[in-house]
Amino acid sequence: MAHDATHDHDHGHAHHPSGIMRWVKTTNHKDIGTLYLFFSLIMFFFAGSMAMVIRAELFEPGLQVVRPELFNQLTTMHGLIMIFGVIMPAFTGFANWQIPLMIGAPDMAFPRMNNWSFWLLPVAAIFLVGSFFLPGGAVAGGWTMYPPLFIQGGMSYDLTIFAIHIMGASSIMGSINIITTILNMRAPGMTMMKMPMFVWTWLITAYLLIATMPVLAGAVTMLLTDRHFGTHFFNAAGGGDPVMFQHIFWFFGHPEVYILILPAFGIISQIIPTFARKPLFGYASMVYATGSIAILSFIVWGHHMFSVGMPAAAQLFFMYSTMLIAIPTGVKVFNWIATMWRGSMTFETPMLFAIAFVCLFTMGGFSGLVLAITPVDIQLQDTYYVVAHFHYVLVSGALFSIFAGAYYWLPKWTGHMYNEKLGKLHFWLSVISMNILFFPMHFLGLAGMPRRIPDYALQFTEFNQIASVGGFIFGASQLIFLFIVLQTVRGGAKATNEVWEGAEGLEWTLPSPAPYHTFEVAPLVR
Amino acid sequence: MKIKKWIQAGVGVGLGVAAFGARAAYELNLQAPETPIASQIYHLHSLIMYVVLAIFVVVFSAMFYSIFAHRKSKGHAAAHFHENTMVEVIWTIIPFFILMGMAYPATKTVLQMKDTSNPDMTVKVTGYQWKWEYDYLQEGVHFFSTLSTPHDEIVNKVAKNPNYLLEVDNPLVVPTGKKIRILIAANDVIHSWSVPAFGVKQDAIPGFIRDAWFKVEKPGTYRGQCSELCGMDHGFMPVVVVAKTPEDYAKWMADQKAKLAAVAEDPNKVYTLAEMKAKGETAFTGHCAACHQASGMGVPGAFPALNGSKIATGDKAAHINIVLHGKPGTAMVAFAPQLSDTEIAAVVTYERNAWGNHTGDVIQPSEIKALRGAVTTATSTATHSGSGA
Repeated sequence: MAHDATHDHDHGHAHHPSGIMRWVKTTNHKDIGTLYLFFSLIMFFFAGSMAMVIRAELFEPGLQVVRPELFNQLTTMHGLIMIFGVIMPAFTGFANWQIPLMIGAPDMAFPRMNNWSFWLLPVAAIFLVGSFFLPGGAVAGGWTMYPPLFIQGGMSYDLTIFAIHIMGASSIMGSINIITTILNMRAPGMTMMKMPMFVWTWLITAYLLIATMPVLAGAVTMLLTDRHFGTHFFNAAGGGDPVMFQHIFWFFGHPEVYILILPAFGIISQIIPTFARKPLFGYASMVYATGSIAILSFIVWGHHMFSVGMPAAAQLFFMYSTMLIAIPTGVKVFNWIATMWRGSMTFETPMLFAIAFVCLFTMGGFSGLVLAITPVDIQLQDTYYVVAHFHYVLVSGALFSIFAGAYYWLPKWTGHMYNEKLGKLHFWLSVISMNILFFPMHFLGLAGMPRRIPDYALQFTEFNQIASVGGFIFGASQLIFLFIVLQTVRGGAKATNEVWEGAEGLEWTLPSPAPYHTFEVAPLVR
Repeated sequence: MKIKKWIQAGVGVGLGVAAFGARAAYELNLQAPETPIASQIYHLHSLIMYVVLAIFVVVFSAMFYSIFAHRKSKGHAAAHFHENTMVEVIWTIIPFFILMGMAYPATKTVLQMKDTSNPDMTVKVTGYQWKWEYDYLQEGVHFFSTLSTPHDEIVNKVAKNPNYLLEVDNPLVVPTGKKIRILIAANDVIHSWSVPAFGVKQDAIPGFIRDAWFKVEKPGTYRGQCSELCGMDHGFMPVVVVAKTPEDYAKWMADQKAKLAAVAEDPNKVYTLAEMKAKGETAFTGHCAACHQASGMGVPGAFPALNGSKIATGDKAAHINIVLHGKPGTAMVAFAPQLSDTEIAAVVTYERNAWGNHTGDVIQPSEIKALRGAVTTATSTATHSGSGA
């Protein structure tokens, strides 16, 4: 794609609207990245407060804080919003800000579509959040939406289906934009195998999104027609099969898991070399490992369904394919450690979060390996062990990588250094309380406590209390993050162009904060 | 398994949670296995934990050594290597062989779990919102199993008993030493029948029958819970299995049959209002109160109130019809397959004369018999009728 260096661009700030209309009408990748990130931050506190209510209810046996039906609504919406409203938009925000800066492009390939993909999200969020106020309350059938339970619900269930369609459309448009930008708008000399890992991981993630979001849309559309138009896709009495939904859902759902973690791998692969002052070890194998994980993600969905009673051959196939994923994931972990090895490390907040990521994500990976073993999974399916497992990969995995990335790039985005002392406080409080919160859940699951229950038998009391205390500390610690972000946006020590001593890449050649328009003349990459 | 517990506790210490670790209530492992399959699962889990812990220690020792030794504050200068094909090939291949070592025993267990052939007896288990039904197919005995924990314990009005939420009115009773095959289905939504000590967890899927098996040697009471989200009272439908010696089991079965014969109802009997209300209250508590609440007030927005409702105070036939056949697309299921004519007559009578409802109607079993079978709805997937009970 040609870069028209003589294009009559404006140098001042007078030509784009100010005030609220600047944000509504913006087509600038940096503005849109900021919108995505703030949207994600707001939804994080919203879905996080639901988790606080859940942990309060689970502090002791008996019903204290909420009734069972509201409890189910809270667990369902916590899951849906954290996945579709927090983690995914945050990564898309990073993609919008960073991909053009990292590949030396002036903006995303389709700036107007970019604006549209963002502004669909608040609409979907209003539908989801608003459904709490409808008769019957919000969706209470779990974020997995299994029929026939999902067929029983009221109006909010239809609204949730609609919200998922909208978010899916937004994700697909975002992915088309990202793929087109990466494939066509790289600066001269920026070959595919020179691209920063974050760009690579997002390229692969975007393909996963395009492949799976339509599948989810199909599944929820079938739910909708089963609910209102007399079809029987998932109704055995009409010749359908409720388990078919699970197959379709998890065919989307497992790649979705990697959609939530591959960009995290990318962020961590940027941060560790910077603070180890040493290039990423095994760049090529990192790329191939990411690709293998993505491909394998399409043939492992059955491991979410070992307890539905598949034939032995299917159980074995899904067990073996799932175990295989441990190999490329292991390669990544080994590569990160080899990058640190004999480096010259410093431990600013982004690096601390990155190290915690490597260590704790690996624990989540190990519990994933335990769950891959079909007979063991049958003991642990739908217990708190699974809750512990996916929170280790999504909180200490995806979320910690988002924190790491935010601290890493905030100086570039705002031109100010964040408060390092507060950042470290946020890190230590988060990492300790996160483990107090989720580690005991392994034991609860092993002892047989089912997930998604508002009340539990007496032998589960102690670990639930520990988990709740950890949860409250974790929740409160995130207010520090909010404070740091707002403080850094408003002011602080001036950041240099390079920001970090060991930082390499095009984005660090730009001034901090990055000007509104960058790389209008493509840089030359050697 | 002591070593493993110590290791797990050790991890706990590092994370600041095991200050409490010495106390007995903190169970750190799978429940004690009581069947051969559960015991295989237990050992598989232990094996994987050992492997995983070993890898964790090796890999992260390297990382933490590096973090302490290779830091700038100690003046360590960065090396510049960034690839080594040999090392990369090795750490790709070694995990592959470790995984093969895990897959082999796991495969053997999978094949054994799936082998439900040649059972000594078969029980059909059906999940309902929110109770289980056990049907001894060869004996013609069947009954429902519902939570027996008093509501006052759940809402913290009285102290909780040790089996809080893990106790039922009628447990599944099985003989020890026999291979018991369970056929699992559901009537409304997906449930999951699970007893951790047996290593059994099988989803109950409406319209489909799945199976599983167990063979328990030790007489005793074994407890589990529904393990698939099935609506509001998902947390309140435990599974309780009592294993008895074959002799005690035979005695128990004979008792059940005798009881059934004794309470066999005359379908043409005419009841008084007081008799019907008393019978109806029992049935209402067991089958209706979970949604419509003991107060008859329902849950606003989710489950309609019966107190003063148009249906419970209006046309009798319409009221009976909705109880018999349910309301498609809602949580109101058809009770025709679950309850006898007398029970349905009693429930309807109760609903029309309880709380603020004073219709004075007494519904007789013969009226239900006349309306039953008139219509069957598409939502009912249960395979047998309870009307003969």
